[in-house]
Amino acid sequence: MDRYIPILIFGLICCSIPLAMLAIQLFLQVRRPNPAKTEAYECGNPVKKEALAYRFSIRYLVIAILFVIFDVETVFLFPWAVSLGRLGLFGLIEMVVFLAILVVGYVYAYREGALTWA
Amino acid sequence: MSPLLLALAVTLVKIAVVLGAVMTAVAMMALIERRFAGLIQDRPGPNRVGPFGLLQPVADGLKFLFKEEVIPDEADKWIYLLAPLLAFVPAMAFFAVIPMGTPFTVFGIVVEPLIAPSSFGVLYILALSGLSVYGVFLAGYASGSKYPLLGGLRATAQMVAYEIPMAMALLAVVYAARSLDFTVIADAQAGTWFGVVPKWFVLPQIIGFFVFWVAILAECKRLPFDLPEAEAELVVGFHTEYSAMKFAMFFMGEYAHMIAASAIVTLLYFGGWHLPFAVPGGNLGALIAFAAFAAKTAFFLWLFIWIRWTLPRYRYDQLIRLGWTVLTPLAFLNLLITLFTCRAPGVN
Repeated sequence: MDRYIPILIFGLICCSIPLAMLAIQLFLQVRRPNPAKTEAYECGNPVKKEALAYRFSIRYLVIAILFVIFDVETVFLFPWAVSLGRLGLFGLIEMVVFLAILVVGYVYAYREGALTWA
Repeated sequence: MSPLLLALAVTLVKIAVVLGAVMTAVAMMALIERRFAGLIQDRPGPNRVGPFGLLQPVADGLKFLFKEEVIPDEADKWIYLLAPLLAFVPAMAFFAVIPMGTPFTVFGIVVEPLIAPSSFGVLYILALSGLSVYGVFLAGYASGSKYPLLGGLRATAQMVAYEIPMAMALLAVVYAARSLDFTVIADAQAGTWFGVVPKWFVLPQIIGFFVFWVAILAECKRLPFDLPEAEAELVVGFHTEYSAMKFAMFFMGEYAHMIAASAIVTLLYFGGWHLPFAVPGGNLGALIAFAAFAAKTAFFLWLFIWIRWTLPRYRYDQLIRLGWTVLTPLAFLNLLITLFTCRAPGVN
């Protein structure tokens, strides 16, 4: 347990640096409020609609879904890679089967066109 | 002094040294990047503040402190404030598990040059690298403006897409060293083949190194993959609406991320502090080890800058296709090759 405490201390100090910088800035900054400054950036043109009202490509979502699949796969692979020496040949064959199933999924995603943007 | 208090004191001193070194390196990188750009583009670069412009980062920092904070009307205020912290803190927290050399002795205390010796360093790095996506995504979402929104979406898709080949390239190294501990991984690369060629993982895993390096460029959002910030299309992408210190945090987070990435590449593929010849023991050896580690890390930081000012930017569809249909299969191939050729020392 005590091996994790330095990470906790380091994390807390890392969090406190930006908070301290923001706090210092509260006192040092020059304030000249102006309604034009707080508008969304549009090169000075009037803003037509809210940012989230614009449409954006569904492909961002497809990539997120693919990421979940392949990232869960790597989560399984890391402990396996460390302990393969103990698992022996059985562990190797087991994981090659697992990877083969994933390759099938990869080929399917590729043929559906999910891996390219066009 | 009780052993617990002593351990705490040593840890706090180490944290102070690491933070000081990283913050200085971040400031210097901001200057070196611009000076090097000047060198490549045949112009002086910033050279007015102090000798060789060395005080330019100080001037920039002071300017950031005195600037007005502008929070847009449309912004989701609390998320808007949280996003720069999420970009900065994970990038700094990388350094908790990065070993920077061999143990040395001060006042009879043996000190390891890393903050937290951990057997899960690689997983910690992967987790933090996943966390740093949030900073960028939330910045884009919370700004309430369309350019940041698009930049944030692009950054999210790019970072998660390139995390797959990165993790798979890492996996081959973990397999070859049979450990998630960076110290063990670096020590697995000690020694030489035929007395001259260092046993660095870059040689048997040249494909893995290539994939990892390209994925790192995309993870750090550096050219040729700085699509999230493409200024010709998106102004500056996800931090368009950020000003003053909050902008500086994104900036510092990016440089801290680059420094951490260079150190990680050094540890994983270039033997960390190991050199292809014998070094003396004791504190002198520790000093040489640290110098070797720092020099290798500096080389990769320089490579980051060199690539940035040499290559043009990718198009977004090219970026996604490269990640999924080139790098991922290459990383997989590298894993298979390692699986069937590599026998780590002392195992099997």
